[in-house]
Amino acid sequence: MNIKLLTLSEVQKIQGEAGNFTVTVKENPRYVDVDKCIACGMCAEKCPKKVPNEFDGGLSKRKAAYIPYGQAVPLKYALDAENCIFIQKGKCRACEKFCPAGAINFADTEKIHEIQVGSIITAPGFKAFDPSIFDTYDYAKLPDVVTSLEYERLLAAGGPCMGHLERPSDHTVPKKVGWLQCVGSRNINKCDNGYCSSVCCMYALKQALVSTEHADGAKLDLSIFYMDMRTHGKEFDKYLEKAKAEGIRFIPDRIHTIYPGKDNKGVVVEYMDTTTGERVKEAYDLFVLSVGLQTGPAAIKMAQNLGITLDKYNFAKTTSFNPVATSKPGIFAAGAFQGPKDIPQSVTEASSAAMEAAAGLTSVRGTMTEEKTFPTEAEVAGQEPRIGVFICSCGINIAGTIDVKAVAEYAKTLPNVVYVKNNMFTCSQDTQVLMANEIKEQHLNRVVVAACTPRTHEPLFQETMREAGLNKYLFEMANIRNQNSWVHMKEPEKATKKAKDQVRMAVVKARMLVPLDHISVGVNQSALVVGGGVSGMKAALGIADQGYETFLVEKTDTLGGNALLLNKTWKGEPIRPYVEDLIAKVENHPNIKLFKNSTLKSNKGSVGNFVTEINVDGEIKALTYGIAIVCTGAQEYKPSEYLYGQDDRVLTHLEFDQELRDHMPAVSKAKGAVFIQCVGSRCPERPYCSKTCCTHTMESAIDLKKANPDMPVFVIYRDIRTYGEREDLYREAREKGVIFVRYALENKPVVSKEGDDLVVLVNDPISSKTLDIRPSYLVLATAMVPNKSDELVNLYKCGLNEDGFIMEAHPKLRPVDMTVDGMYVAGLCHYPKPIDEAIAQAQAAVARASVVLSKSIMPLDSIKSFTTENCDGCALCVDTCPYSAISIITYTNDEGLEKRKIETNASLCKGCGICEATCPKKGIFVHGFTTEQLRAQVMAALEDI
Amino acid sequence: MAENFEPVIIGFLCNWCAYAGADLAGVSRLQYPPNMRAIRVMCSGMVHPNLVVDALEKGADGVIVMG
Repeated sequence: MNIKLLTLSEVQKIQGEAGNFTVTVKENPRYVDVDKCIACGMCAEKCPKKVPNEFDGGLSKRKAAYIPYGQAVPLKYALDAENCIFIQKGKCRACEKFCPAGAINFADTEKIHEIQVGSIITAPGFKAFDPSIFDTYDYAKLPDVVTSLEYERLLAAGGPCMGHLERPSDHTVPKKVGWLQCVGSRNINKCDNGYCSSVCCMYALKQALVSTEHADGAKLDLSIFYMDMRTHGKEFDKYLEKAKAEGIRFIPDRIHTIYPGKDNKGVVVEYMDTTTGERVKEAYDLFVLSVGLQTGPAAIKMAQNLGITLDKYNFAKTTSFNPVATSKPGIFAAGAFQGPKDIPQSVTEASSAAMEAAAGLTSVRGTMTEEKTFPTEAEVAGQEPRIGVFICSCGINIAGTIDVKAVAEYAKTLPNVVYVKNNMFTCSQDTQVLMANEIKEQHLNRVVVAACTPRTHEPLFQETMREAGLNKYLFEMANIRNQNSWVHMKEPEKATKKAKDQVRMAVVKARMLVPLDHISVGVNQSALVVGGGVSGMKAALGIADQGYETFLVEKTDTLGGNALLLNKTWKGEPIRPYVEDLIAKVENHPNIKLFKNSTLKSNKGSVGNFVTEINVDGEIKALTYGIAIVCTGAQEYKPSEYLYGQDDRVLTHLEFDQELRDHMPAVSKAKGAVFIQCVGSRCPERPYCSKTCCTHTMESAIDLKKANPDMPVFVIYRDIRTYGEREDLYREAREKGVIFVRYALENKPVVSKEGDDLVVLVNDPISSKTLDIRPSYLVLATAMVPNKSDELVNLYKCGLNEDGFIMEAHPKLRPVDMTVDGMYVAGLCHYPKPIDEAIAQAQAAVARASVVLSKSIMPLDSIKSFTTENCDGCALCVDTCPYSAISIITYTNDEGLEKRKIETNASLCKGCGICEATCPKKGIFVHGFTTEQLRAQVMAALEDI
Repeated sequence: MAENFEPVIIGFLCNWCAYAGADLAGVSRLQYPPNMRAIRVMCSGMVHPNLVVDALEKGADGVIVMG
């Protein structure tokens, strides 16, 4: 509605400045009229020209008339001019002849658009590295050497082999598959990509772990050849441990050559086994090159046209303190174009860029937007139910286990079912169009979708219903994927029977559904920010700068948090002046009310209208606000091992930072320094990576080497995780002579005292010898431990993960939303992260919060309790309601008698229905979950008995 | 009891925890016997005791309320 899509388009130039740009965009011809195209696919079917399908990495063919993939937006076909026979040779026109909509337009030409905008966000993404340049891997010639992107397609249900894993050479199931990490990453020898691509370790793990599911029951032998396993994200290390437990082999060696296998099928790889020093040759059925991320030529050209600066690796140049701002004011960058990164971080950055783009437009907010309107809802009350059932195959996710055709046939026999359709992907854009059409044509007044879970997909289908003029509460889902095909993979017959039962239960409930009114609530357009560290201050300023009143609550008497203890960012920017500037801005901002020495005391209400009491130095104050951003931070772990606390020379990172700050001349005369990584991280008590410590160690080690190049500096580590462009620091440290020694969790270094000497003993796996190091400093890269959030959890009922970090609503789709509506999270309380990522996250939280704050009225879900005429005001439900949403009212009945009954406050009611189970008189129910509806489901489930 | 006894179990699953957990079991591909028929509720506290009795009376071999 408020997004205008221009596809096949490129930016040619911009004029003007932040707040007032004129952008010249060239839109290339599609040769298909998007207003006429109905995406029937006839043009592609009749097109005689086959070309390699880029989306499948060339592993399959597409036509010259095509859509790139099934979920394409907009779902409209296009002609590939370079391959179209008519455009190239002047003969054919098959698509034009067969198109039933008359949508083919060979006269289409390129168009130039001039667009006026205030801010610009660039997100051109990445190009996967092309490994053809490595002649020793022979990717170009060997059919069974594939890139990780191609392997992804081999696993995909919509890919060239429909999700049944096959190797390209002979289409058999590969039993032994290997991955080689860091192809086109961390390499300045064959290519110029000195950075770590950040995502390949995780995707290789994922591909290895899911391969078994796609191998038709075959037992697979899987190996990953790596340099360092970089699983530094939230919950990532647990995934690595799971992969190890599943028997995936992790080989810390680099393959130097890949040879063809017998008859050019499969491969033989050769590498040096560093544990034995022997050369090893090993055969694999299929070998995957884990290719890195790099900026593509089109993105580089776009950057030139926009006049924004790229760094030496061709990523958009940004600073740690303005992580999404490019070199040109008013232009922002998000995703892999800003630096190699994964989906959660990209989505966070996208919100962050949205916040930055909107910040410059605050004065004109809402002046050019339009409201989404839906057609008037058809009157269905009193009508006989006409139910449409849509049964999803979900590629092979459902259809691989459940006989969906049989379920569809069965659904046709159920009462009131007038239409049944089986779809490959019911959630795809084309199925939504089909669903809307069928609702209208078949006069459907109830819809049942048998697919995945309503927890993720109900809103999508409900929107389709609204677009078709049907009340969205006339909808029911049967969860035949998450709660059936995925959990009964080895029992297809029983799973199919269960699916039929599930569909019957859904249909029976759908018959009883009634349309519900759309309700809304007023929004208190002010915010609470908890925690006054960098994330909290940045979040508070972001909200306050948009003109909303902001309460910032800090438990200590000082703003700044951990950042006050840090010297510089990994890019070398001094942190102290930045933090001081933030503090001054916060303290002087007219829209920020600052409460130091304050803690949360009580909380009532919900999104839009929270009421919280805080304790300010013993005095209780009440705050009312619409949303909250939680930035409660973390702290450095204080270890009990390696003589910490017993010897002054053993310091944590932050303590050593202070030593560097205050006593650099003395430090530079030290006889040596040792860093031990992962102290308190990646261990049974804290099975997560603290993410920042490897980079921190590189900075400190380089500082030592700069101060005294002759000083012996050792880093004792498990995996070095200098992800992204931080890899430059790791390389610089090695170039400066820092010595790296790897250890395993079960063979930790031993620290002791011998006379005045501090002795570090560590086994060096390369030389198989024990090193005896006697440094002046032993720096422990200790874990980051989240601050206690018990109070917050109690007051707001929000969720924490096993490690005590605050949970997000969805790690990829909603990475800064908390599990409670109207609450957002940023900074270290979410997971350990460097300052640039904390700032990006705080900005993202502001963007997400602004979605609520920018409107004075917010729509509510209609699943609320309602009373029936049976309610006599006995008040049993009043005390049991956990949300204090029910109150007693008196009224005068038709006979003039004064009566009592109860009333529900819709914005407080969560629809939990404890009232429904408590009421002895059938006086109160929850819409969509009445006892009668639930009973009907029970009876339907037991129908066969 | 017959060796091939297949119990029918009615499950009431809270949308916010047990139902989400059952979804996650799917995402994690945890395999379990297909004997339960799940009914999504907005809170396990929503399940009226009469519903449990009705299920058992109708012939369910078990009722599990998860929340």
